[in-house]
Amino acid sequence: MVNTKVDLCGITLDNPVIPASGTFGFGYEFAEIYDINCLGTFSFKGTTLEGRFGNPTPRIAECPDGMINAVGLQNPGVDKVISEELPKLAKVFHKPVMANVSGFSVDDYVETVRRLDQDPAANKQIGWFEINISCPNVHGGGMAFGTCPQAAEEVTAAVRKVTKKPLFIKLSPNVTDIAEIARACEAGGADGISLINTLLGMRIDLKTRKPVIANKMGGFSGHAILPVALRMVYQVYEAVSLPIIGMGGVSSAEEVVEMMLAGATAVEIGAANLIDPFAGQKIIEDLPRVCEKYKIKDLNEIIGGAH
Amino acid sequence: MKQGIYEILENTRIAANTMKMVLAGDTSALTAPGQFVNIRLDGFFLRRPISVCDYDAETITIIYKTVGAGTEAMADMVCGQTLDLLTGLGNGYDITKAGDAPVLIGGGVGVPPMYGLAKSILSVNPSCRVQVVLGFNSAEEIFYADAFRQLGAEVHIATADGSVGTKGFVTDVLKSLDYTYFYTCGPMPMFRAIESMAATSGQYSFEERMGCGFGACMGCSCKTKYGNKRICKDGPVLEREEIIW
Repeated sequence: MVNTKVDLCGITLDNPVIPASGTFGFGYEFAEIYDINCLGTFSFKGTTLEGRFGNPTPRIAECPDGMINAVGLQNPGVDKVISEELPKLAKVFHKPVMANVSGFSVDDYVETVRRLDQDPAANKQIGWFEINISCPNVHGGGMAFGTCPQAAEEVTAAVRKVTKKPLFIKLSPNVTDIAEIARACEAGGADGISLINTLLGMRIDLKTRKPVIANKMGGFSGHAILPVALRMVYQVYEAVSLPIIGMGGVSSAEEVVEMMLAGATAVEIGAANLIDPFAGQKIIEDLPRVCEKYKIKDLNEIIGGAH
Repeated sequence: MKQGIYEILENTRIAANTMKMVLAGDTSALTAPGQFVNIRLDGFFLRRPISVCDYDAETITIIYKTVGAGTEAMADMVCGQTLDLLTGLGNGYDITKAGDAPVLIGGGVGVPPMYGLAKSILSVNPSCRVQVVLGFNSAEEIFYADAFRQLGAEVHIATADGSVGTKGFVTDVLKSLDYTYFYTCGPMPMFRAIESMAATSGQYSFEERMGCGFGACMGCSCKTKYGNKRICKDGPVLEREEIIW
């Protein structure tokens, strides 16, 4: 019997598999097709203070073994997330959920987290905050915080003051030194680091001779980015003494194990959910087989095992 | 929505750059004409969303145009090979609004869903006068005109080069018809032309680049008078009254 339970800042996950924000909505599209309570948890759609439509379409472009998106943080805004989305989620998901929050200023982040934390029902549902300081698709949309150590520390420290829940900071890979940013978040009081968000990319249509997506650039994700993600998780594991949620291109149980060996305590599944809506469930079901194959009795033993 | 493996029973060229594929498998997730399937292809990351032309208890028929590497790879597949499909995607057309003389307007690759729609309307109301307007660029692109006639629909054809039927666009036919309601699928310029002259209420089926096809990624959102909608999940069919042009 393989132990797949992991501890994420004092909350036990039945397994380390977490659908990533932006690929899982608020859960119910997936709850229609499988029991999402099999998941470790999931990170809900990036929520901002005000509701946002996001970028013009086309927002999606295909790439070799991956995709580019420039959705632009479409979400109904924190108040509607609290009054409409979370009550609906409560009917289909009975585990603590990860609240993904984005913003355009320190005050945005603080106020959004404060509202989620202070609403009694939302507070009960939320297990962790995941603060996105790395959205590449919105002008000033957080990535400015994720590419500057001082700004990353400042936003971390400010959010830290308004919640006692575990605080993960989601980092951008579009930086020269990921370790420096991670250390700044640790100094600011983060409880953990999530990485990587998408890589800034572009596709060009040969017929129109213009970028495929309306926003021109977008976030590159999918299987192709796995090696970049593994490398950065490995670097951050050496730089900080915080738990890491690793993500980027993971689409199989083998790759969950690989990400944990790089240093991740839990692993988010992103674009894989979009091309196979059962990806999360399939990976979880396959995890014991892969653990047995590689003689892993307890997943906790392999975290950072590659170092 | 359901995911399943489907066996190819037929994959034949029926007009210029136009293929008909018949797939055998579970069709229980399909509930309305105008829905679509999302097809996974080896070597391509994203699935290909393709509208359903027709379906019965065991098979799904799709008609697709070879427009890029993905659909060209599909065209090379042979009977007996299998495909991974998500089925029952999208809302589909609401046939209860048809009235007794609806017009169904299909432009090019927008023609296939009109077939399943005509069939649904006529199965519920066999005495309904279903008028179909099909628009193509030229004679070699025409498909399914006889299939519509066999259902009992009145078929009008417009070709841009005048090689068959009315020379011009679907709107050149539409302006002389009397109808109780309209349904349409096709390119945006055709939609704009219809919108400028349609005499009744109606439904448009939209196309957009999609990430997932089932409402998760927000890749295909649009604004409507009733709020933001996802083309893949809340559409692809929108009512005339809600569309912001």
